[in-house]
Amino acid sequence: MMKRDECLKALARHRTAEVVVAVYTAAQEWIQIAPHELNYTFTGAMGQGSSHALGIALGRPDRRVVVLDGDGSLLMNLGSLVTIANAAPQNLVHCVCRNGTYETNGAVPIPGRERVRFAAFAREAGYRGVYSFDSLAGWEASLGEILKEQGPIFVELEVEPGAKYPEDFERLYAVEYREKFRKALAAS
Amino acid sequence: MLNAAALIQAVKASGIRFVVALPDRTTSEHVLKPLLADPEMRVVQVCKEDEGVSICAGLHAAGQRALLLMQHTGLLDSVNALRGVAYELMNPVCMMVGLLQKEPGVAPARSKRYGLRIVEPVLEALQIDHLLIDETRDVEKVAPAIEAAYGRSMPVVLLIGTEPHP
Repeated sequence: MMKRDECLKALARHRTAEVVVAVYTAAQEWIQIAPHELNYTFTGAMGQGSSHALGIALGRPDRRVVVLDGDGSLLMNLGSLVTIANAAPQNLVHCVCRNGTYETNGAVPIPGRERVRFAAFAREAGYRGVYSFDSLAGWEASLGEILKEQGPIFVELEVEPGAKYPEDFERLYAVEYREKFRKALAAS
Repeated sequence: MLNAAALIQAVKASGIRFVVALPDRTTSEHVLKPLLADPEMRVVQVCKEDEGVSICAGLHAAGQRALLLMQHTGLLDSVNALRGVAYELMNPVCMMVGLLQKEPGVAPARSKRYGLRIVEPVLEALQIDHLLIDETRDVEKVAPAIEAAYGRSMPVVLLIGTEPHP
């Protein structure tokens, strides 16, 4: 099991010019850990992160897109695994931070937390590469290759809460920052 | 009569090259199938309509125009995404929505079908612009509606009231 913020810090160490789409708690932590104009947190409704990421990946096939999804979020949009695998964007890395709870909404357990394996769903849906990590050392050692590998790639990250970060939902869903993102992506 | 080729041409004239779709009985045969075969268009098939709202938002963030093609039942199923992704985040999500089993020449609000009668009131409650495309002469409204949506960065719904034909 990894501390989520340590897991995100590892990603930040390997990030070059990737677009990063993040949802809920991972998004709150990511914008503090790795502030960047190519952070996209404007997902607007639970479960939708992977679909926003697919749109960006299809619209900009020249840019690598990483999505930091949540397990409760992905359960709400499981069909997106099939949609993504079928659209087959080579530039998309779909990570799910599996903590087994709806952390933002009171840390209530997700249904099937002991049985559900998202990596297995992704493999059967048809993702090109599928990984699972429960140790920081393993994640860090593989990150460089995963960020270069032909997608779509799925990564299941076994995490638990780490350090506390401030919540700022206004910032996550600010149209002003979305416009900054659009301009930065257009200029890149 | 509603001419399918004119409808597709209006979409393409609006600069749209991505279509995100779930099959809709009103438009499948003469709109979606020709689009799937059109080498100028990229059709992204989705499993659920709210995914499509967000894919269109992502495409917009990446500088691309898109159309979401779906049935009115899918629109009703996507209300939270329309609220949070399209309206509140000011994404110009352009939707073409087939009104399944709407009676010919009857306004949606006067349909015998509850599911059709509520479509326009739901869109009005969401404050999302919408217009009815019921015959070929209505097609001239399509490109300006899409242009206005991108100009205002707000969503728009084109309600297809009759099955388009070649």
